[in-house]
Formats: sequence, structure tokens, C-alpha cells
Amino acid sequence: MQRNASHVLRAVLFAFCLVLVSTMVATPGAAQQPVKVGVVTFLSGAAAGPFGVPAKQAAEVMVEALNAGGKVPGYHAKGLNGAPIELVIIDEAGGTTKQVTEYRNLAQRVDLVIGYISSGDCLAIAPVADELKKLTILFDCGTPRVFEDASYKYLFRTGATSTMDNVASAMYVVENKPGLKKIAGINQNYAWGQDSWNDFVATMKVLKPNVEIATAQWPQLLSGQYGAEISSLLSSGADVVHSSFWGGDMEAFVLQASPRGLFKKSTVVLTCGETGMYKLGNQIPDGTIIAARGPFDMYAPDSELNRWFRKAYMDKFGGVPPSYPSYKMAQALLGLKSAWEKSKVQSPADMDKVIASFEHLTFEGPGGKVTMGLGKGHQAVQGMVIGTVKHEGSKVTYVNVKHYPADKVTPPEGVKAEDWIKSGFKK
Amino acid sequence: MTEFLAVLVDGLIYSSWLFLIALGLTLIYGVMKILNMAHGSFYALGAYAAASMVGYWLNHGHAPMASYGILIIAAVLVGVIAGPLVERGLLRFMYGRDEMVLLLVTYALFLILEDVIKLIWGVDPYFVSEPYSLLGTIDIANLTYPYYNFILVGVAVLAGGAVALVLQYTRQGKLLLAVIHDREVSLAMGINVSRFYLVTFTVGTALAAIGGALTAPTVSVVPGMGVEVIVLAFAVVVIGGLGSLQGAALGALIVGLVRSAAVHYLPQVELFCIYTVMALVLIFRPKGLFAAAEVRKI
Amino acid sequence: MTHTDKTPFILLLALVVLLALGPFLPNWLFLLTMSLGKGLVVLGLVVLLRTGLVSFGQGLYYCVGAYAVGSLSQFASVKNALLLLLAGTLVSAILATILGFLLANYRGIFFAMLTLALSMIVYGLLVKTSALGSTDGFNVAPASLLGKVISGQRNQYPMFALACIVAFVAAVLTNSYLWTALGQLSSAIRDNEIRVEYMGASVRSAIHTKYVLAGALAGLGGAVTALAIGHIDPEMAYWTTSGEFVFVAILGGTGSVIAPFLGAIIFEFIRTYAYQYSPNTWQLVLGTAMLLVIIFLPAGLWSAFARLRRRT
Repeated sequence: MQRNASHVLRAVLFAFCLVLVSTMVATPGAAQQPVKVGVVTFLSGAAAGPFGVPAKQAAEVMVEALNAGGKVPGYHAKGLNGAPIELVIIDEAGGTTKQVTEYRNLAQRVDLVIGYISSGDCLAIAPVADELKKLTILFDCGTPRVFEDASYKYLFRTGATSTMDNVASAMYVVENKPGLKKIAGINQNYAWGQDSWNDFVATMKVLKPNVEIATAQWPQLLSGQYGAEISSLLSSGADVVHSSFWGGDMEAFVLQASPRGLFKKSTVVLTCGETGMYKLGNQIPDGTIIAARGPFDMYAPDSELNRWFRKAYMDKFGGVPPSYPSYKMAQALLGLKSAWEKSKVQSPADMDKVIASFEHLTFEGPGGKVTMGLGKGHQAVQGMVIGTVKHEGSKVTYVNVKHYPADKVTPPEGVKAEDWIKSGFKK
Repeated sequence: MTEFLAVLVDGLIYSSWLFLIALGLTLIYGVMKILNMAHGSFYALGAYAAASMVGYWLNHGHAPMASYGILIIAAVLVGVIAGPLVERGLLRFMYGRDEMVLLLVTYALFLILEDVIKLIWGVDPYFVSEPYSLLGTIDIANLTYPYYNFILVGVAVLAGGAVALVLQYTRQGKLLLAVIHDREVSLAMGINVSRFYLVTFTVGTALAAIGGALTAPTVSVVPGMGVEVIVLAFAVVVIGGLGSLQGAALGALIVGLVRSAAVHYLPQVELFCIYTVMALVLIFRPKGLFAAAEVRKI
Repeated sequence: MTHTDKTPFILLLALVVLLALGPFLPNWLFLLTMSLGKGLVVLGLVVLLRTGLVSFGQGLYYCVGAYAVGSLSQFASVKNALLLLLAGTLVSAILATILGFLLANYRGIFFAMLTLALSMIVYGLLVKTSALGSTDGFNVAPASLLGKVISGQRNQYPMFALACIVAFVAAVLTNSYLWTALGQLSSAIRDNEIRVEYMGASVRSAIHTKYVLAGALAGLGGAVTALAIGHIDPEMAYWTTSGEFVFVAILGGTGSVIAPFLGAIIFEFIRTYAYQYSPNTWQLVLGTAMLLVIIFLPAGLWSAFARLRRRT
């Protein structure tokens, strides 16, 4: 009988089924030596370059050093109470529906999960973590809704929410430009951009009730072409322009707006500006206000841990400094290690003890102290730091750097962010 | 009044960008009846290639003014290498199959090219902004515009005009028109349809790459930049009527101006612009603005 | 010689096998449930594809069905899973009926792009609605059936079983429809509309009916997915989601109502394996796999099985 495509395909399909079945028959989990940590972050698409890959690289640096032992200042013990950490990294791309499926798959293969940059993914994963009883540490996503909408046992977030980014930006702007009359905004038209702008405007309305909103621009996410928007901002006569643009969109905006004089006509606030500073620093004019989602990168307080982290990261990755996603990933890993060591567990089977230790924990990260102070001990709080760009020769420096303590820019336990702002920041 | 002028200028610039992107797509569809989902990937390839070549050129201290030529050369190179590779290596075997199967093939190609680009250039952004600011700026309607934007407009007009001229007035162009109208009869008359397909696809790819290359100085070149332009290109092509050059131009103009007006007067509706225009055009002109008369067999 | 349609029996066999094997494959139940949900949407697409129409906007009904379920469970505290699924299907069907009046006039790529445009307009509306969470969406409260909570549970089997049964019923009903006179008109319309009109059938109303069926199936698929995932967001109406359905439809083939489910399951499995084993190049793997299928099986995956059956 002739060999033809159908025969070949049948054979392939049969082999495929064999492989499937063999992987289904799971080998019973004997107590494994390494602790398997799943890491979910963007490895493809627009968020990979600014966030996903820096976070992955930070995980690799940290885990390598932690497993060696004696390298990380303040965390000299080896691994997690002696057990080496093994990373299983998957891509966060593909949309929320895909990610929930992949989380469930990942949970079968690892002891705990660290990840998630997209707020939509965080919200969808949250209840599944408790359903599967799998310790999950959110390290970056910004939406306050995670612990505002519900409480969780197995879910933790070691990064602060995005409320403080915009509340602090507004406070900084009012302090530094007391005579301001008009504000404008250009934000990506999706939840992140909308929440950021709403928090900024709400704070401005409390601090300066007569402020006028000259224009609010809403280009689509990943549009990349802002000619008309920039024209509109230029003719708006705004004193301050707020933007929560990130990654490629932020860089495109800077490249298109700078030659047209927007940065001279108005003071631009870039709440996620820090990731672009390394490559685009020379294009961002003096007077631009830059934030880094917290005390990270250039705003990190000087400490042995920070100095070590920066050196280790730059040595491994060709002199490129770690950006805020790298800091937040390192923070998540160190939080895990602190909780693990505090609970003194010897195997991942005792996860409940780790969770008990993780609640209300205070630990040191490369960005300074982190306190798990909200969300019934599951949500981290940190202060916010904002500065203004000033070029000195060919170097980029930051002047007027202001630190905002956590309680000034974060709502207290049990209070929703927007209510807290409207109440005038009642403690 | 000045606001209105700004709307016109912004609209014109955006329309030119749209037209450049859509031109290659409508050409390929008009001739080969292929809806090329990989069009966005060729756009991205053009941008990356341009960023690399111009970056190399400028890093070695060569004349910055030549960077404009390098942009175009990089794009043409992409077209001339990737176009024939894809057409001869893959698409050639799929002709005659259902239109939808071809769509799936180009989609699979798009997925593959996304990762190929990532493997070659990585995920970090590339910058090649010197050409954008080099020519200086001009003040129109109390606003500052870099001259570069008008180069874009110029190239769009040139490209459109060149394609139209070639189609109408050269012998090869008229042969191509024959292929567009009826492939079978053209074959029967001895026209080398296979070669025309190859040339058309290459030109279409090169045009997409030129769009990307010219966009590169105004943005940071990042993975996934091709995805967004696919639906924009399709929308413009459909609004204009498939395979129609004037249609693509008019479609681009309408979308650009409507969007510009939205951004200036009512920014919240910008999200809906292109789809609403498309829906409205299709409701009143079900086959697009310049619908070609279709011959049907009964 | 009459041709006995073996499809309902094959479907029944598949249902029994899946339900029986389910408890022994706990790690795969979720993926299978998602595949079945996707398969439902693709089933509707196949009905349209047979008529020569490609809809790039099925995401609209998928999303509307999911949001109906989400809204009812979150804001109206409806907990009955069957009721939620029914609501999702019904809302989508009604919407499809209304939009069908417009869309039945279009063919080819214009049909495709108009459906895309409508889907993107709904996407835009949802993005602007902060009460529904904008692009972050919101979570779906767990639903229950016969007194037992079936979604959001550690035990995936009840949800899986529900999805299997729902898919079975939908497939059998659709298959019956496709064997009716109106259903058989599909390929006739695709080949030559004018002759169909001469025969006395109304092409327009046939297409309208098929569009409503496709919309209802997509809504049902969306409802199943919403319950299984526990989260809904506007991305369900984005054109790339609709595009994925189209690709699975072409991948599976249009030969039978089983094809969409087969295509969906294989697509999901390939994608999951690609994620696990090549997280940095999963797109390359997926694209290559799709190309291989197209080259070797131009009529879709189903044609491999159809050929097997004809040979025996």
C-alpha cells in the first residue's frame, strides 16, 4: 500500500496521543528536593521589553545568588531553608482566558507561583489561587481592586498598588507648580490609563478645586501614532500634562512630542517613565517629572542590598541597569524567602505555615523596607518617590526628589481608593 | 480657525501613514486575491531592518542626511528578500485553494514571523530617531510640526502615483490589469501570471516595509508593532473597495480626517472612529467606495 | 441509496467516552472544558462557513453571552448554571436576530469586515464602561446545578460534564438542522445564490437564520467559558479573539459538526504544549503546526477522519 500524507498524519496523531497519555499518568510526587517556583511574565509582545524580560532576568539573578548562598546582603542562608529554588518560567501573553488555563496547568507542576503584570490577569487568577490552594505572589500588577473586591488566603501581592503613583504625582505637581491652572492628560484607553487619570484628577480636585481640565486624550493601547493628540495638547495651553503611558507607547510619545516643543510648553508627568530613562534619557528634556512605581532604580535608597543587586544584574546582563519590574520581582522573591525562613518549614507541603508567616510580614528589598500592611496582611505597602529630570552635561540626574510615606498616598485598610481620595485622604 | 487647520494637517499626516500601509495590501489583494495577514509582519520587518541599518550607519559616523536613503534601501531590501522567499517558498503551492485557507496560511506565517523577528532582534526597543528631528520643524496653525511628517505625506503621494502610473501607462502595468480582471484568460493568452504574482507580492511586501521603515524614526521599534496595523490596513482597504487604489487613498483620507477631528473635539470617541466609519461606509456602499463591477455567472 | 448519518451516534459515543474517562484525567478537565466552549463558537462559524460566509465578529456574541452570565450572576445573584447558560444563549440570539437584518445583505470580505466592525464597536463600548471594570472586566460568581456548586471548585468534573452535555446537545441539534432542507441550502447558496432564488428559496432568510444560529452558539460558548474561567473581560469581543475562532474553524474543517470540537481541542493542546515547552517561541511552534496541517490536510483535520471512514 502506498505511503501517503494521510498515513503519515495518522502515525503522527497516534504518536501525539501516546505522548499525551504518558504525560497524563503522573508520577506520584515524592518529596522533591528543590522548591519549584513558577514565574509568569511577558516574554512576547509589547510588554516583554519594558517589563516581562527585566522581571525574568531579575528572577534569574536572584535565584542564582540565593541558591549559592552567602551572596545576597541580609539573606545569607542558602535557597529556601536549604532547598534550592528551581524556576519554571512561562509567558503571560495570550489574554486572560488563556492565562487562567495556563495558571491551572502551571499549578500542577510547581509548588508556588510568582507573577502577573497585567491587572486583568491578576483579577482573574486571584480566586483560582484560593481554589487550587496554591501560594501565589502577584509582583507587579497595579489595580487596587484585587484586595478591595475580596479577601484571599493563598494570594499575596508584594508590590504596592498604582493608586499611590497618581496620588503622589498630583501632590508633587501641586507642591512644585503652585500657580498651575490647567491640566491635561494623555493616557491609553484601557483600565490602567483610565484608573490612573481618574486618580490623578480626583486628587487634583481635592488639592486644587478650581483646576481646569484642558483636554483628556485617549489614544488606543499600542497605537504608537500621537500626532493629532500632541497637537491637541499643544493647543490646550495646559500647565501640566499627565501620562501613564508605558513601554513603546511612552517612548513613541516622547519621540514625537519632544521636537514639537510639548515638554517646554507644559510640564509632563510620566508615571511609568523610569523604564525609558536608560535608552531615551537624552531625549527627555529638563523639567519632566518621572516616577518609577515606587522607591526603585534611581530612587532606591542606598543600601548594601541595592548596591549588590544593581551590580549583579548589570554584570549578568551587559551593563543594563535593573528597572522597576526587576526590583519588584526581586522584592517578591525576597518576601517569599523571608516568610519561608520565618516559618522554618522544611518542605513545600507545609505551605500553610509559610502563609501564616507571610501575613503582616516586614522585610527588606532592594528598594527598601516592604510591609504587608493591607488586604489583611496580604497586600504590600511602600512609599512613593518622584523626581524631576535635569541634565548635567551628558548625564541624567534627578532633582527635587520627594519621598511620600505610604500612609500619605495609600488608602487605609478596608477603604476603596476612589472613596479615600474623595474624602480628602481621611486616615 | 487655527484649530480646524490643525485638524486638517494632523488628518493629512495620519491619512498618509494609513495609505502607505494599505497600499501594499490592496495591491496584493487586487492581483492575487490573497488577504495577507502577514502584512503587519512585513511592516515590522521593515521597521526593524531600517532601525538596524540606520543605527549602524550613524554609529559609524556617516552622513546623517543619507539616513533617509538608507531607510528606503533597508525597506526595499526586506521586500526583495522576504517577498520572493515567502511567495516562492510557500504561497506558490497554495494558489487555487480557497481564499480562507490562504488567509489561514498568511496568519500562520504572521505567527512564525513574529517569533523570527523576536529571535533576530530580541525584545528590547530600537531607536532611530535622528532622521525625525534632523530636518527641523515648521510652524503651522500655531503648532510646531517636524518636516519629517511631510516627507511621509510626500512618499505616500509618490508611491500611490507611481503604482497608478505603472498600472495605467506601462505595458507591464496593462498586462497586470489583465491578470487582475481574469487570471485564466490571461494565462490562456500567454501572460506569465506566475511571474506577475511574484513581482506583485514583492512590491506589496516592499511597500509594507517602506511603511514600517518610515514609521521607525517616530516610534520605538518593539515586538508586536505589526499587529495593530493589520486591522487598520484591512479597514482602509475594505472602505475603499478591494483592489482599488483610489479607494484606498480616499478611504485613508476619510479615516484620517475623522480621527483627527475626534481627537481635537471629542477625544473619548477616538476608539470608535475607524470601525464606525467602516460600518457606515459598508451600510451605504456595501462593496466599499470604489466597488469594481463584478461579473457573475448564472 | 439513502445515506444514514452516523454523526449522532459518534457524538453519543464521544460523550460517553469523555464522561467515563473524565474522573481519571483530573489535570486535563479544565483544558477540555475550555476547548468545548471554544468548539461551540466554532460550530456556529462552521454553519456560516458552509454557506460561504466568514464572520470575523463571532467574538461579539461570545462576549455578550459571557457578560450576560457575568452580569446576572454578579448583579442579580442568579446561581443556576442552566439558567445562566440559557440566558447567555438567548441574549446572543436576540442580538444576532437584530444585527442579522443588516448583515444578511453582505457577502465575502465585506460581511467579514462588517461583523468585525460591529464587534469592535461593542468592544469600545465595554472599554468605556467603568462600571463593568473596563478592560479589567470582573469575576463571575460560582454557579450551581442541582444544589451543588459546580464552578470555581477544586473538582472540575461537574463543570466538565455540563460542558460535555451542552456541547453534545448543541452538536446534535445543529447536525439535525444541517440535514433539513434549509440546512442543506448552505452549499447551494455558497455555489450560486441566484439559482437558489430561482428555486424559490429565500437566500436572505436562510442566511439570517444561520446567522442567528451561529450567534446563539457563540453566546452559549461564551457562557460556558465564563462559568469555567470565572472571569470576563472585553477582550472577548476583540478582533483577534474572533480571528482565532475563524482559524480553528478552518483548521478543523467544515465536514462535520464534530470537526469544530476536534479542531478546538487539538488547537488548545498544541498551544498549551507550545507554552510549556518553548515559552520563548510558542508562536513559531503554533504557526508551524498550523502550516503543516494546512499543507497535508487542506480540508482541515476532519478530512483525515473522513477519509478513514470512507475507506472502511
